[in-house]
Amino acid sequence: MSMTAEDTALQKDLEVVTFSVAGQSYCLDIQSIREIRRWSPVTALPHAPADVLGVMNLRGSVIPIYDLAARFGLDNIRQSERNVIIVVALEGNIVGLLVEAVSEVLSVSRADIQPTPDIRSEATRRCITGVISVNGDMIRMADLKAVIHPQKVTPA
Amino acid sequence: MSSLQDTFFEECEELLLALDEGLGQVVSGAHDKETVNAVFRAVHSIKGGAGAFGFDDLVSFAHIFETVLDELRADRLSPDADLARVLYAASDRLAALVEATRDGTAADAAARDSVLADLNGYLGNAGQEEAFNFPTLTLDLEPLAAAPAEWYEIVFRPHDGLSANGHEPALMFAELAEMGEIGVVLDDSALPDWDGFDPEKSYLGWTISLCGPQTEPAVAAVFDFVEGLCDLEIRHIPAEDAPTPDSVPDLAVEVLPVETRPPGAPPPADLPDKARAEHQGGARPTLRVDLERVDRLINTVGELIINQAMISQRIHALDLPAGNPLENELEDYKLLARDIQEGIMAIRAQPVKPLFQRMARIVREASASTGKDVEFVTTGEATEIDKTLIERLADPLTHMIRNAVDHGLEPSDARTAAGKSAQGRITLSACHRSGSVFIEVSDDGAGLNREKILGAAVRKGLVSESADFSESEIDALLFLPGFSTAAEVSNLSGRGVGMDVVKRAVQDLGGRITISSVRGRGTTFTIVLPLTLAVLDGMVISVAGQTMVMPITAILETIRPEVQDLHSLGAEGQLLSIRGQYVPVVDVASSLGLTRPDRVNEEGVLILVETQTQERRAFAVDMVHDQRQVVIKSLEGNYGVVPGISAATILGDGKIALILDPDSTAQLSPRPTPMKEEA
Repeated sequence: MSMTAEDTALQKDLEVVTFSVAGQSYCLDIQSIREIRRWSPVTALPHAPADVLGVMNLRGSVIPIYDLAARFGLDNIRQSERNVIIVVALEGNIVGLLVEAVSEVLSVSRADIQPTPDIRSEATRRCITGVISVNGDMIRMADLKAVIHPQKVTPA
Repeated sequence: MSSLQDTFFEECEELLLALDEGLGQVVSGAHDKETVNAVFRAVHSIKGGAGAFGFDDLVSFAHIFETVLDELRADRLSPDADLARVLYAASDRLAALVEATRDGTAADAAARDSVLADLNGYLGNAGQEEAFNFPTLTLDLEPLAAAPAEWYEIVFRPHDGLSANGHEPALMFAELAEMGEIGVVLDDSALPDWDGFDPEKSYLGWTISLCGPQTEPAVAAVFDFVEGLCDLEIRHIPAEDAPTPDSVPDLAVEVLPVETRPPGAPPPADLPDKARAEHQGGARPTLRVDLERVDRLINTVGELIINQAMISQRIHALDLPAGNPLENELEDYKLLARDIQEGIMAIRAQPVKPLFQRMARIVREASASTGKDVEFVTTGEATEIDKTLIERLADPLTHMIRNAVDHGLEPSDARTAAGKSAQGRITLSACHRSGSVFIEVSDDGAGLNREKILGAAVRKGLVSESADFSESEIDALLFLPGFSTAAEVSNLSGRGVGMDVVKRAVQDLGGRITISSVRGRGTTFTIVLPLTLAVLDGMVISVAGQTMVMPITAILETIRPEVQDLHSLGAEGQLLSIRGQYVPVVDVASSLGLTRPDRVNEEGVLILVETQTQERRAFAVDMVHDQRQVVIKSLEGNYGVVPGISAATILGDGKIALILDPDSTAQLSPRPTPMKEEA
């Protein structure tokens, strides 16, 4: 995936929220994040793919919860007390993403985002728009569109 | 600027409806000065608005139209059948012009010019009359009545079973009273002494005289549902024998309240009470609100109800001493919350009248292009249904109405040959009945030609030739995709959509559609819809540890099966025998992929369900809890379609319960069930 023209045109700073999924660091644009909630049991959906955990009640809306690790083609999320759900909105769709833990809010420059290196895992590559190096740690920029519309990503 | 234009076009829509409605009254002769003024004002307002935006085509057309109406208003023209036709055509053309202007498309210039020529013809005459100072024609109401009053005598004597079936004579009388002037005479001659009185028996009979514009079938329709439960005789009294309104028997023991007429109003024969009541009620102030705001409110109130349920659960858990005032306050809170919910739901409910008026236009268009003379009758226009339902019914109804004119009604000569009036009749009605909305489209045409339907279905390979079908099964073939019997594709109905599209549209709204047809007497399509899209009556059940909701509409009964009633068939199949019938058992948990398939034992509960294709299935579930109204939350917006599930809802404890779709769940079952890993 290469950066879009818009990304290069806007050299502005970008605020991202970083979180960990299956031990790896990822981040999402803070603009797309609605809220962060504690994990609570969900209602399973029939015939759902393995990365769809079920649906949850978010103040009267029924929103689907995705297991981000499974979406990225990694192992299922390691269950722990620190697991949280990141509620994101894209084009009017609201969904929850289960992640292991949320770390911090970072300011990055768009120029610092590097194109995704050529890797084998199709599921991972298609869910990532680029990578950022922060203090020697590599943070992967998650592509919200690819995460939310699974039909275009799976089957891997 | 564009939002101002949007407002203008929204207003145009309302004005066009008002125009149509007013014209209907003017043409039927049932109008007063104010109606003509209202019609004039509607066209004038459209002209004014169009002028502000520089829509010149619209302005010039509206101007000529308005001038003709002004002549009518000044009593220089009298509304006869020709003028009525021209006015209707002008109103339809104006609507088309507004639409074309809004969408930026080219209007049909030829059609416009021909209407303009007709309108100008009237202006020419009027101008002449003025120039030569002819005596002006006065607007005489009585001889203009397009729908002359008919007299009927109805002898109605309920059998014992009528009340037992929940019918109420008073409601039928009220319905008759809406049709015109009625007089009711009670016949209590069969009433026994107290000693012999059995409260479950029916002793009373009534003789009703009705004077109104309705035709005999319309009067008979009032008694449709009590057919066989009463002795009924409807006699049409020829005009020469008809009593004058004053001679309605005054000795009526039980006279139903008939709306009082304002002083100076024309006699009842010319003015249907209902039309005027609606006309007078039309002036109530209204508020235009963005639909999204209302929906947000509905959502929030849904939350309020859930929140209230949670608070009550918490308080009950506290085990407060009896008589604690908190209990009362809580009860009040609950009632208030319900009141708010009902109030908000009522905001979304709207009368079907605008929809019906739009259909009147469709009938006019269709009758003009087929050359058939059609009378369009609507009843129950005040019936209120959810706004979304109204919007989404427009297309299916349009199609059904076109079909009725095109295929349902025979050409005039065929009608006359069959001993019917040359003018065909299409009736569109709406009513609330037992928690649902019923919408009926009926014609008095030739009825369905079942041999032809079956023949066409066989020819198209939709069904096999050897199959033996009942009449209703043949009728249902109309709803198969790819079915069309029209020998030649007509300009009207053959637009590539068939009744299958209508059926799907109705099903998408949570409703169903049925046909009844009598050879030579006509066909009726009935659409049954839920009152609102937002709420559903459901049975709360558990399936493999999950709480789910099954729509009540599909459920016939719940059964706790005996071992001997369950029979195995094949490797996994199981049948329930009930009253001599074998019904396939659907294991809901395994159909939904929640557990491995398992045979039902006597511990489970079976819910007997009728699918939309009228097949029966016994749904095996773990437990049936209770019945309640649930607020429907769509899954498709944020997620997508889930097989076997139509939507979700939120229960009192804040947890989500999925709403089962019995039809798609039943279809999931025959396939080998995809399994989730089990520990």
